[in-house]
Amino acid sequence: MLFLEQTLNALQLGLMLFLIAAGLTLVFGIMDLVNLAHGSFYMLGAYVAATVAAKSGSFAAAFLVALAAAAGVGMLVEWLLLRRVYGRGHLSQVLVTFALILIANETVRWIWGANPIDMGVPRSLAGSVALAPGLSYSEYRLAIIVAGLALAAALFWMVNCTRLGIWIRAGASNRDMARALGVDTSRLFTLVFGLGAALSAFAGAMLGPILSVQVGMGEAIIILAFVVVVIGGIGSVRGALLGSIVVAAVDTYGRAFLPSALGAFLPLDIATHLGPGLSQVSIFVLMAAILFFRPRGLMPATG
Amino acid sequence: MKLGATWWFGIVAVVLLVLLPPIASFTQQEFYIGVATRVLAYAIAVSSLNLVLGHGGMLSLAQGSLLGAGAYTTAILTVEATKDVTFLPGATSAWITWPAAMLVGALLGLAIASISLRTRAIFFLMITLAFNQMLYYLFFSMKVYGGDDGLGMAARSDLLPGLALENDTVFFYVALALFAIFTFVQHRLVHSRFGRVLEGIRINEPRMQALGFDTYRYKLVCFAIGGAGSGLAGALLANKNLFVSPGLLDWLQSGTLLVMTILGGVGQLWGGLLGAAAYLVIEELLSAYTQRWQIGLGVALIAVTLYAPRGLGALFVPRRP
Amino acid sequence: MNIRTALLAALALASTPPWAADKITIGFLTTRTGPLSGISGEKLEGFQLYLKTTGGKLGRLPVEVIVADDQNNPDAGRQAFERLAKRDRVDVLTGIMFSNVILSVAPAAVQSKIFFINSNVQPSELAGERCNPYIFNTAYQSDDTDEAVGRYVTERAHKNVALLAPNFPAGRDHLNGFKRAYKGAIAVEILPKVGQLDFSVEIAQIRAAKPDAVFVFLFGGMAVNFVKQYAQAGLAKEIPLYGAASTLEEDVLRGAGESALGMVSASNWNADLDNPANKRFVALHEKEYKRRPSLYSFQGWDTAALLDAAVKDVDGKIENREAFRAALRKASFSSARGPFKFGPNQVPIQDWYARRVEKDAQGQVVNRYLHTVVRGHADAYASQCKM
Repeated sequence: MLFLEQTLNALQLGLMLFLIAAGLTLVFGIMDLVNLAHGSFYMLGAYVAATVAAKSGSFAAAFLVALAAAAGVGMLVEWLLLRRVYGRGHLSQVLVTFALILIANETVRWIWGANPIDMGVPRSLAGSVALAPGLSYSEYRLAIIVAGLALAAALFWMVNCTRLGIWIRAGASNRDMARALGVDTSRLFTLVFGLGAALSAFAGAMLGPILSVQVGMGEAIIILAFVVVVIGGIGSVRGALLGSIVVAAVDTYGRAFLPSALGAFLPLDIATHLGPGLSQVSIFVLMAAILFFRPRGLMPATG
Repeated sequence: MKLGATWWFGIVAVVLLVLLPPIASFTQQEFYIGVATRVLAYAIAVSSLNLVLGHGGMLSLAQGSLLGAGAYTTAILTVEATKDVTFLPGATSAWITWPAAMLVGALLGLAIASISLRTRAIFFLMITLAFNQMLYYLFFSMKVYGGDDGLGMAARSDLLPGLALENDTVFFYVALALFAIFTFVQHRLVHSRFGRVLEGIRINEPRMQALGFDTYRYKLVCFAIGGAGSGLAGALLANKNLFVSPGLLDWLQSGTLLVMTILGGVGQLWGGLLGAAAYLVIEELLSAYTQRWQIGLGVALIAVTLYAPRGLGALFVPRRP
Repeated sequence: MNIRTALLAALALASTPPWAADKITIGFLTTRTGPLSGISGEKLEGFQLYLKTTGGKLGRLPVEVIVADDQNNPDAGRQAFERLAKRDRVDVLTGIMFSNVILSVAPAAVQSKIFFINSNVQPSELAGERCNPYIFNTAYQSDDTDEAVGRYVTERAHKNVALLAPNFPAGRDHLNGFKRAYKGAIAVEILPKVGQLDFSVEIAQIRAAKPDAVFVFLFGGMAVNFVKQYAQAGLAKEIPLYGAASTLEEDVLRGAGESALGMVSASNWNADLDNPANKRFVALHEKEYKRRPSLYSFQGWDTAALLDAAVKDVDGKIENREAFRAALRKASFSSARGPFKFGPNQVPIQDWYARRVEKDAQGQVVNRYLHTVVRGHADAYASQCKM
């Protein structure tokens, strides 16, 4: 039962991570842009959704406004600023996006204050569901899993079955060739950036009710997102999904079972110390191991 | 490479720094001697990263942990020296603890690079980040040396009889001397055969490999030297604050060092000093005026990216290949 | 006047500094950036609110408050302290929120002969072996809150408790404090990483261990997250949750809302405490800031109140360090928390109250005083202090 519950937890974490990582990997793959500030859209989505939900009482409205706001801000930032650093190389991009994190955090704090804000779970999903005898799981988390799967499916459909998707895959695979073949890269880039921002914001809005909506929440998640992108392969949405599930599984099962597993053959006080520490580090060990054997990730986009 | 502007800049900078303590004492602003000392310590760390990134072409997020490891080495050795029952032999002399910090930085750098160099570019960045975090959690969980609460040092390292580092002015001059030596070493290194090979590797690694150079080994040594520099910077910071904590190893610290490096001008001789000074001084000045200083810092960084894209140091020298 | 008297007079003049203080400069070093800056701001608000009531004075001295940012980072904190000490020449340092910054700055304050009035939790080293005449605490020693909860949980006849705290030294210390006072069995000890956001894994572990109560030490965003998720998982009704003071403080209630109802914590102060000093404080706070004070606002207020009384006692002559210290030790003021006096290690000896989260008459989620768990509680490290 515990294992089943933890598996659902891993699935939920993995899907949300996928939404964030998908945007990041696309932006990196297609535009060769290192965007450290990607987590800021996640934060923006959570804050906007929380505010709109509190004012209007409608979750649907909150989501729509959050997505629109993030996409809007994202495209604006891309058009005004990031466009100018595409050719400058990763170093300039690191500098600019680092600066954007500072500005975003401080602006959010200016507008919403420094304390975490509350976003309530919608009443209709506030309870738990008995999935099996002895296992009741939060309805809202189940909703997250469902929404995550739906969005993942939509994303795959778009990437694989639409013209936009073809442009995206072409751009990820070989940017110059795509441009030579007539793809309007400027507009594509702006769109992709906006899409990535919207996906991130969606994750932020969905997670808002269970996580604390606070300044700097983006930084905590961006590291995991980068790890996913690296493990999965840059530019690959399938890779991002695989990477997210793997990372979420390692993190969840590590936290859940490592301390007690260690306790089986180590003295108790060492196990209590070492267990949580090891599970924290396990993601990084995993990433180092994967890169050791597959230096370009599990499913790189470029052939 | 034309050196005129760089040399002049260096001379002016050193003269100004040498004159800083007497001016500060005269104007009753001794506080700024401490600020300058901190800038110099960070300048050594940033120059190390500059070596690794600007000349070695390796984008790394591990420097924070190497700096922190150096700081902890100094602190731990100092603390162990005053305990009765010790696990490690301790020492309070700077002649032991500071080289020890450099050695630890170099060895850890060697270890990290030996594995990370199997990858390149963004992947290299992420693996160095992974190792950075592993070291961070290691120090974080070491309760015997304070863990998250950090570890305090009772006194600064002993340097020479009669030259007490407790005196902020003395400490400043020592830091300045070390920075000058490090910069000189960096300069000679870059212009040596080793440096030229490294430059070649940075520009076109496959070609250098075709020419028969073991590029892996060159990059490894470069990273280790960077680690030693970071370790030394850590030793200085530990002495300055008489305190070390795992926060020194956090990835945000590594990120800040990277930002300072880029700000100062990657590959520029004085990039380390300029980057550290610009970042820390802006932070110091702005935070005294407004709580929202991070917005100002962000705007300043963006301005530098757009209008001084090769960093501040490049404002003085012509374009390099 | 003979030679001896003249010499004595000269000696007396030489031992007090030649200047007399005409104002008192307070260095308020706290966390102004980052997610934990909200509660730091509340502390400053409490401090400044008190100063409003005295017309910007402590005793008869006008006050200059210089606020600085430690960025929740010992290196930056140390740097900011040096600015306060060397450039601004503060007389008193207060406001620091986090123990790693406290431990980095305290020795420097002592060396500069600046009184450090720690208005937040006292780390065990400073309460014990490294206590110092220049270091005072107006809040409580870290373990006190856990010991109070441990007592209360034992009183409520819980026999099998699950423990949870973040995996860092302070977190483990809090659990040790609880275990010192709690007399039953431990079902499981869970240590998530600091800054963890999603506790679904840990909550599942708690459920699987089947305890009859759970003790949680968390603060800030972590506490908000945990409380919300715990309630959503349906456990809030099944397995009662007991927290340290910070776990269910005002900022957490604002973030978690109704999820926190029914949860119990132990604190040395609560907004509904029935004494004249507190009633005055709460009324003034609500009028000025339009919201209930939190534990952190109270800590700021009470620190100012202590300083006010001490400066009055020495009639403004704070330059005489010994006398000022004695006045601080005397602590002759009415604290809003109730009975107050300093122990030999200059950490408060005070009462601890159990409080439960309930809805008040206006439908707001607040902490309601339940019962005084222990009176005149001294911290566990006082005996290690050699002062």
